[in-house]
Amino acid sequence: MFEIRLHGRGGQGVVTAAELLSVAAFDEGKHAQAFPSFGSERMGAPVASYCRMADTEIRLREPIMDPDALIIQDPTLLHSVDVFSGLKPGGFLLINSTRDIAGLGIDEVAGGLPPGHVACVGATEIALRHTGRPMPNAALLGGFVALTRALAIDAVLDAIHEKFAGPVGDANAAAAREAYDAVRAN
Amino acid sequence: MLRQIEGSQGIAEAVALCRPQVVCAYPITPQTHIVEGVGALVKSGDLENCEFINVESEFAALSVAIGASAVGARSYTATASQGLLFMAEAVYNAAGLGLPIVMTVGNRAIGAPINIWNDHSDSMALKDAGWIQLYAETNQEAADLHIQAFRLAEELSCPVMVCVDGFILTHAYERLDIPTQAEVDAYLPPFDPVQQLDTDNPYSIGAMVGPEAFTEVRYLAHQKQIDALEVIPRIAAEFEASFGRVAGGLLRPYRCEDAETIVVALGSVNGTIKDVVDAERAEGARIGSVTIGAFRPFPLAELHDVLAGAKRIICVEKALAPGLGGILASNVRMALRGEAQPVLTVIAGLGGRPITRASLADVFRRAEREALDDVTFLDLNREVVGAQIARAAGTRGSGPIAENLLRALNPGLVHRVPPNEDAKQ
Repeated sequence: MFEIRLHGRGGQGVVTAAELLSVAAFDEGKHAQAFPSFGSERMGAPVASYCRMADTEIRLREPIMDPDALIIQDPTLLHSVDVFSGLKPGGFLLINSTRDIAGLGIDEVAGGLPPGHVACVGATEIALRHTGRPMPNAALLGGFVALTRALAIDAVLDAIHEKFAGPVGDANAAAAREAYDAVRAN
Repeated sequence: MLRQIEGSQGIAEAVALCRPQVVCAYPITPQTHIVEGVGALVKSGDLENCEFINVESEFAALSVAIGASAVGARSYTATASQGLLFMAEAVYNAAGLGLPIVMTVGNRAIGAPINIWNDHSDSMALKDAGWIQLYAETNQEAADLHIQAFRLAEELSCPVMVCVDGFILTHAYERLDIPTQAEVDAYLPPFDPVQQLDTDNPYSIGAMVGPEAFTEVRYLAHQKQIDALEVIPRIAAEFEASFGRVAGGLLRPYRCEDAETIVVALGSVNGTIKDVVDAERAEGARIGSVTIGAFRPFPLAELHDVLAGAKRIICVEKALAPGLGGILASNVRMALRGEAQPVLTVIAGLGGRPITRASLADVFRRAEREALDDVTFLDLNREVVGAQIARAAGTRGSGPIAENLLRALNPGLVHRVPPNEDAKQ
């Protein structure tokens, strides 16, 4: 089982990102479960969502407390919410930021993870360029698969096209592809 | 076809495949995406010959379903939480009139304090209204139970409530096998009502019944539920034969054969419980679990057969009867009347509190050591509770409990405090 926890703020598509990951995993023949941290969603409030992937049926219904990977959609959460809680020692960390780890002040957490398991990508800027909207979720999914190799990029792009028809899907898929290439190049 | 979709969407599609003729909904919180999904299918033309009626309240939603069902239309609605309570009078009426309405309850807590999250307080409040109550363990089962529910309701002329854990199931994306229209049509015949208001052959339903016959009417309602104990497994078996997968039925034991400890629960928490059972079994514990599929009628004899050999029973339940303890446990004790083993209650998941494997394993182990109380509140914050008890004992004007607890848990949050608290600070 591979467990991903996503942190962001209401309105950033955090829940949609987990759903898209689960669809991409399903497209690869895996069992997947995506669900939000249930709450009264408000724009700007801290939000978490979860995605599990496995080769067998997933029966577990508890929130993800010891994730294999973290996706941080909003770096302002790094110092206000305990986003790193339970991250496994061999886990992955992807942050939406144009700054680097040192610039974000999280050397300690990042240093505890294996080499090549941490990446920052300016997903909001990439999304703005492609979609005209500051929605970093689709771009981050591209970065996520580049970092973790948990899924093929094509499965993520297919999931994006499935969710968003026409030009919106094309633009988000292009953003995901650019973030994928950026993280691969690191 | 297998697809990765949201639970509510899967239920909406399954309901649409049942060809409801009237779907009424009050689409405001507490509500799920289910009726929205059905509405979209009506509008797109995928669901034909169905009138989707937006009403002004939950009371109206079920009242319209009652009227529609009484004139022979297959009728459906969905609600949750406060919405179910608001339609409570109509819930009793639907059962008392014997109208085969199917309703989804996307289980959520009941206020006050306000809480929108999952537990079973809502459906448990209406457990004895005369409806058949089925509980879904997974989203696949939730979808499948709706197809079975229309068969069941119409065969018995009794309304059926399909209880689906709010958020945990309704908002979760999982793989779902949504059957084809032809498959559902082969399983579910058109609605053939046993009573139908008809202007060409006028009669009335809902007559006033005095003491001379009211007991007999209620006896027959009870008998209908007892009959359902035979019908539910048959319909589930036919479903398995038609669709090739198990769904529904009265109950489903898991690794109970030689179990000394058996955990009993309703709904989606059974998935987590099964994972804990596997882990504990790997450590040598003799433990199993039972998923209760039908809570009304309650499968007393069938449950007795599964539980009688165990040394102890633990009921994990998402509702509380204040002043009594566990509702499920009370029913399980009824099944085990005359037997000696303890039936313990673990109140868990209230108002959406996560039920974790670690906490469940802890209480199961305590039960095995005979160190578990009759009623245990899983992961209860004793510090906060103790402080509130001391606060209330110390001053008459200690203020509202919920706000006091929130302030204790989140000292940084600003809450309006009662004047005497202000004076103390």
